[in-house]
Amino acid sequence: MPYLVHSPEDRAAMLETIGVRSMDDLLVDIPQSLRLDGLQLPDGLSELETMAQVSALAGRNRVYPDRLTFRGGGVYRRFIPAAVAAVTSKPEFYTAYTPYQAEASQGTLQAIFEYQSLIAELTALDVSNASLYDGATAVAEAAMMAHVHTGRNEVIVSGYVHPEYVQVLKAFGDGRGIKVRKDGEPNKKTAAVIFQQPDFLGLLVDPRAITTAAHDAGALAIACVDPISLAILAPPGEYGADIAVGEGQQLGLAPSFGGPHVGFIACKKDLVRKLPGRLVGIAHDARGRRGFVLALAAREQHIRREKATSNICTNHSLCALAAAVYLTYMGPYGLRQVAEVSFKRAHNLAERLAALPGWERAFPERQFVNEFPLRVPKAPAVLRKLSRKGILGGLEVGRWFRELKGVVTFTCTEVNDARALDELVEALRS
Amino acid sequence: MTEALSFELSRPAVDPPRLPEADVSGPNPADVLPRDALRSRPPSLPRLSEPEIMRHYSRLASLNYSISENFYPLGSCTMKYNPVVNEAAAALPGFAGLHPYQDEDSVQGALELMWRLEQALCAVVGVDRVTLQPAAGAHGEWTALRMIAAFHNSRKENRTEVLVPDSAHGTNPASAALSGFHVVEVRSGPDGRISLADLESKLSPRTAALMLTNPNTLGLFEREILDIAEMVHATGAMLYYDGANLNAFMGICRPGDMGFDAVHMNLHKTFTTPHGGGGPGAGPVGVKSELAPFLPSPTVERSNGHLVLDHKRPQSIGRVRSFYGNFGMLVRAYTYILAMGGDGLSQASQDAVLSANYLRKLVETDLEMPHEGPCMHEFVASAHNLHDDGVRALDVAKALLDRNFYAPTVYFPLVVPEAIMVEPTETESRATLDSFAQAIKEIVAQAKTDPQGLRDEPKNLPVGRLDEVAAARRINAYLQGQSDDPVLRWKAPSEGPS
Amino acid sequence: MADRRYTRTHEWVTVDGKHATVGITDFAQSQLGDVVFLELPSAGRKLAARETFGVIESVKAASDLYAPVAGRITEVNEKLAAKPELINSDPYGEGWILKLELGGELPPDLMDEAEYKKVSGAAAS
Repeated sequence: MPYLVHSPEDRAAMLETIGVRSMDDLLVDIPQSLRLDGLQLPDGLSELETMAQVSALAGRNRVYPDRLTFRGGGVYRRFIPAAVAAVTSKPEFYTAYTPYQAEASQGTLQAIFEYQSLIAELTALDVSNASLYDGATAVAEAAMMAHVHTGRNEVIVSGYVHPEYVQVLKAFGDGRGIKVRKDGEPNKKTAAVIFQQPDFLGLLVDPRAITTAAHDAGALAIACVDPISLAILAPPGEYGADIAVGEGQQLGLAPSFGGPHVGFIACKKDLVRKLPGRLVGIAHDARGRRGFVLALAAREQHIRREKATSNICTNHSLCALAAAVYLTYMGPYGLRQVAEVSFKRAHNLAERLAALPGWERAFPERQFVNEFPLRVPKAPAVLRKLSRKGILGGLEVGRWFRELKGVVTFTCTEVNDARALDELVEALRS
Repeated sequence: MTEALSFELSRPAVDPPRLPEADVSGPNPADVLPRDALRSRPPSLPRLSEPEIMRHYSRLASLNYSISENFYPLGSCTMKYNPVVNEAAAALPGFAGLHPYQDEDSVQGALELMWRLEQALCAVVGVDRVTLQPAAGAHGEWTALRMIAAFHNSRKENRTEVLVPDSAHGTNPASAALSGFHVVEVRSGPDGRISLADLESKLSPRTAALMLTNPNTLGLFEREILDIAEMVHATGAMLYYDGANLNAFMGICRPGDMGFDAVHMNLHKTFTTPHGGGGPGAGPVGVKSELAPFLPSPTVERSNGHLVLDHKRPQSIGRVRSFYGNFGMLVRAYTYILAMGGDGLSQASQDAVLSANYLRKLVETDLEMPHEGPCMHEFVASAHNLHDDGVRALDVAKALLDRNFYAPTVYFPLVVPEAIMVEPTETESRATLDSFAQAIKEIVAQAKTDPQGLRDEPKNLPVGRLDEVAAARRINAYLQGQSDDPVLRWKAPSEGPS
Repeated sequence: MADRRYTRTHEWVTVDGKHATVGITDFAQSQLGDVVFLELPSAGRKLAARETFGVIESVKAASDLYAPVAGRITEVNEKLAAKPELINSDPYGEGWILKLELGGELPPDLMDEAEYKKVSGAAAS
């Protein structure tokens, strides 16, 4: 059988060493009435047959080429340097456990430390944790931090925040007694104001005004940000946000039908003790050598148990590693180049699409980076037509926001080359 | 050997990587965005060439122990071999390249995989439905408790307490508290199993659920599980199964048949998705039909041979993660289940139990065994017998590292002093188990002759024991404004006046 | 300090007229290990007997701190912020935590040293 190592002779010899006659003697504690005679599942397959079945399922999905994908909504096609997979596919990284024994886990610990440093730099905040599950749970965990920090029970979601993030926030809030309010002025019940920059439609908000209003009411400001946009946009630390969160998929991770990706969270110094999840810090051994350890563990569930402010046990370490390799590969100027190319192409495309008959920019007075909303006549038919031509067109956002019926957001990054933009426009004209 | 930080290796003169130009006309950000919307200066990311980056990470990799190179007898963590075909499957462009917001017609293969995985997991644990959305075990626990809360609310019952054994994983009480429940601890009896008398005294009309793992964290099967289930159900409460220890009995028995109403599973333990140095994992939750209306949205449903995502679920607890969970991990787990089949999974659990009992036998005279065997897939020993030599469980753990074994889980469960929790899994050969037992014997012998030597372990790793106390004090000094050294990140050397 | 009194949660208190001093016991510090952090309230706050007033952390453990007596906080040991190790080195002296102005009767379940030794001895085994 695959992956099993004992031969029948081994098993017999081991039973003899233990001093029992059969496996049943080792399973005596299980009531007889519960014992099964195997599982109602087919027998195992050879690797050849296994891959044939799995490949057949993969073959029933339609994959659009990166360059002809214009759909975003939280998951984006980006250029992924080969270096990322070359590192994350090293078995020393992907088959290691969470780094409990520091001396035997320095590779993982240092990589996480570098990731934390990269995220802190990018967001211009004091400290980042070792990562969370995804952007949605990062928003929810940040809201919990604000709730614990302020002792207040309400969070305000300002503007168009990713609808699935808000749904997750509500589900978290239900258990923790946190109410989620859509828009409105913060007041003395407000623990935090949460906003997204750029927002779910791709449009820029005024983070300074929102942050100031939150602070004036004694609430925290939580900025949900696009990590690549931070190469050009003011980072949360520059406008005084207390916590920055976001989805790190764009930093070297495949779309993969929505996961696994990675949530990031960074905060100001005075909130660090309420930061959920793993944190790695520098420590030294008796000979003065520098190493890395899990730090401030006394905040966490395995010590605090029911008094912990989060139940998160691990992080998304391997995805955080991918993000670290990506950001290190890009460096400050590579990241800026990626962001600027995306910006330019998106603005070029927006102008051309808005010139199509009957099409127009939604919220034309607002700026964007590389995702933008358009009012599109007969949107479903248009998107079907594009699909027939091998193009994954924009995302209809009316399914989440009734007032945005007929609005489609298009996204454009460095993978959508100039010829791909032409192909999209031509397909729409035909 | 240690490795410098990427930030320390950085050289300002290094060219950025070659990337495409825009090749279209369009504005630069500074042309159209207001000045205060722009970043004032670039982030201090490292600047390194690709060869330097690759060498840096290769060196870091060499500092790690991993299941691909080392025996990892971490109790409760189920570190078994991660089949490489799983990685090939998850990397197929038909999976890795899928956008989560594609039309359902274009992702039928992905939905079919999720559907089939759900069916397979139902068969293994004996439940009616499974949600694949939770990203990790703790996330699954919390999801299950939210469903249990919703169930009681739907019946207008005000149940505010969740019972948790004292031997439980820390995530159990944390998840219960974060679901809005008050946690009540249930004591273990002297045989290491839950005390029925104590359970009886704590069950009440306020009880929403009992959280239990079986076999428990001591590796012992709760023999009276059917009585426990009856007692819990008689009060109207639900029984929740923590699937950390599912590897003990696939094909041997099922939590659903024991009376569990909700079951979480760790795909990264039992179903061989790699741990990745601490995630991503996946923590699906299985439920009996009574709880099914409350499953997170969306579920995958089959209708006339077509698979759909069902978002219209009025009683659902909502969404616990964006999109559909850690899909890439679902592909890996499904691939493993296909390759193993029902016969393979059953044999895997039997071998896991056999290996644990074999290893327990080999070291039973070297360490204390606080509870009588047989064990299931893991056992808890105690280094309490080395106490008089001044040697602790931690020293044994560090000495094992120096002998090329990862350490067992130590100091857990909390109910055993100086606990050493060993889970060998089914993918370690007899020869490996023998050599591990030999290492334990040598260490125990050394405790008599050279205890100081053990307290100085590890000696052959990149670093020796790290001073966590000094590190914590430095961090707290930083957090309290008494120092500028953040300890939790690299910080650019302060720049001169610009 | 003959009249040091103890709680089941391992705090001690000494009373001098209307003033009380509070800390954690030698047994408690030995169980926690090296203390790295204390989260403490500010002076002026009123505490009820047995009310949680803070948290003490080592690397491997965290524990709530409970007021042994009711009262208003008059002083918090500021040295502990920079030197939490004082709790380990001198739990009954320099490692004191709070000073209170008493706000009521002493709870009847405070223990004397002999009683506390019995309780902590049982906890240690």
